[in-house]
Amino acid sequence: MTGEVSAISVVNLRKRFGNHEVLKGVSLEAHEGDVISILGSSGSGKSTFLRCINLLETPDDGVVTVAGETIVMRRTATGKAIAADHRQVDRIRSQLGMVFQSFNLWSHMTILENLIEGPIHVQKRPRAECVEEARALLEKVGIGDKAAAYPSQLSGGQQQRAAIARALAMRPKVMLFDEPTSALDPELVGEVLRVMRGLAEEGRTMLIVTHEMAFARDVSSRVMFLHQGVVDVIGPPEELFGDCRSERFKKFVSGATHARAGQPSL
Amino acid sequence: MSAAFAIDIFFKLLAALPVTLEVWSLSVVIGAFLAMGLTWMRVSGSFVLSTIARAYVFVFRGSPLLIQLFIIYYGLASFAFVRQSFAWPLLRNAFACATLSLALCTAAYSSEIFRGALAGVPPGQIEAARACGMSGFKLFRRIIFPIALRQALPAYSSEVISMTKSSALVSLVTLWDLTSVALKIRNDTFVTYTPLLIAGAMYFALNALVARAFAFVEYRLSGHLRPRAT
Repeated sequence: MTGEVSAISVVNLRKRFGNHEVLKGVSLEAHEGDVISILGSSGSGKSTFLRCINLLETPDDGVVTVAGETIVMRRTATGKAIAADHRQVDRIRSQLGMVFQSFNLWSHMTILENLIEGPIHVQKRPRAECVEEARALLEKVGIGDKAAAYPSQLSGGQQQRAAIARALAMRPKVMLFDEPTSALDPELVGEVLRVMRGLAEEGRTMLIVTHEMAFARDVSSRVMFLHQGVVDVIGPPEELFGDCRSERFKKFVSGATHARAGQPSL
Repeated sequence: MSAAFAIDIFFKLLAALPVTLEVWSLSVVIGAFLAMGLTWMRVSGSFVLSTIARAYVFVFRGSPLLIQLFIIYYGLASFAFVRQSFAWPLLRNAFACATLSLALCTAAYSSEIFRGALAGVPPGQIEAARACGMSGFKLFRRIIFPIALRQALPAYSSEVISMTKSSALVSLVTLWDLTSVALKIRNDTFVTYTPLLIAGAMYFALNALVARAFAFVEYRLSGHLRPRAT
């Protein structure tokens, strides 16, 4: 399943908020078809790492390459790193589908309008084609009947599935998931994970920041465990969840599994 | 006092209504554009622009509109350079001064309303737009503005309504608006209630229309806040 074409390459990523260095040189190579779960306790830098890939956070140092295109950075007079070319950033972002913890659907648009907004206004694709594709995507995530509804009229699980469909509507090369089930009621987690599992089985390239251990173990091709801004351990799930050489990861898994006991797993 | 007398007053006041409407609508429109500029200055991230805008709001919101109006109409004329400037044909005109004065004042209030509405746009929704490759004016036009507009409407409709009443002040700079005609009838006839009540009712009717119009726009823009029609 995993190809050899690099979808995302991150080299030595660093990010600091004030005096706190959140990422201390994190590297990751994701090939096409990879499903990589990023685990770590809160404050480990996993969300920041994901957000640095599409420059929602600006990394202080390091190289990010998406589908062969390296994001060009430059330094301001004060030494702060910023993106050199905004159009390049917009172009790369449009190739990365982002799913947020809090859904972030546009509240003033219907679900269908949410799905066709980017394809029409960013990618300039013909409207009829976008609408047709959007309806198919809504069917695929199981909310085909909600096209005319507004986000506030949907449950959390439905909103998150709509958000996944919105990201897919951009025909992204890679999907980024930032704790997609953390804001959901426990009984709604399963429906979102099912959609994500379906995407993984299609061979989509996905980076997933998550707390769902069972999902990470069953669906990922690789698991990356971050601890205090560095990669503690990375490898195939059977290796990590089997007999892991990292005591820290073992402890994290047992703690997380314990805390989440009683929740439906997939 | 006869009904014929009241009807006569009614038509005299009706004839003055256009002046009130013109001063009010022009100043609201000009004020809205000024307010957008001020709001942009406030959120521009530039310390200088934002400080200028804050000072503007501080002055125009903090002093009586009547004094602003008098300073612009009577005060500016006392400066020779103003009388010699290109703007003099405008500044010697009572209608222009009244409109300008009302516009400058409402701009201060409106810019605060707009700024609050912008601040109320959920950052996550802006982030989602950035994440799919939107930026700059497109991001503003497609995402930020529609959400902010919906949030600004309730407060902004109050501001527009209060402007119809503020426009009564222009009666003090020689304009024959609704209020000044009502006061003149009172002076000429020594009848107080009839002209003032009819003028008040006209303001009331105008504001009822304005409120209905805003309610309609608000309804159209807030489909997402209503329970789903089945």
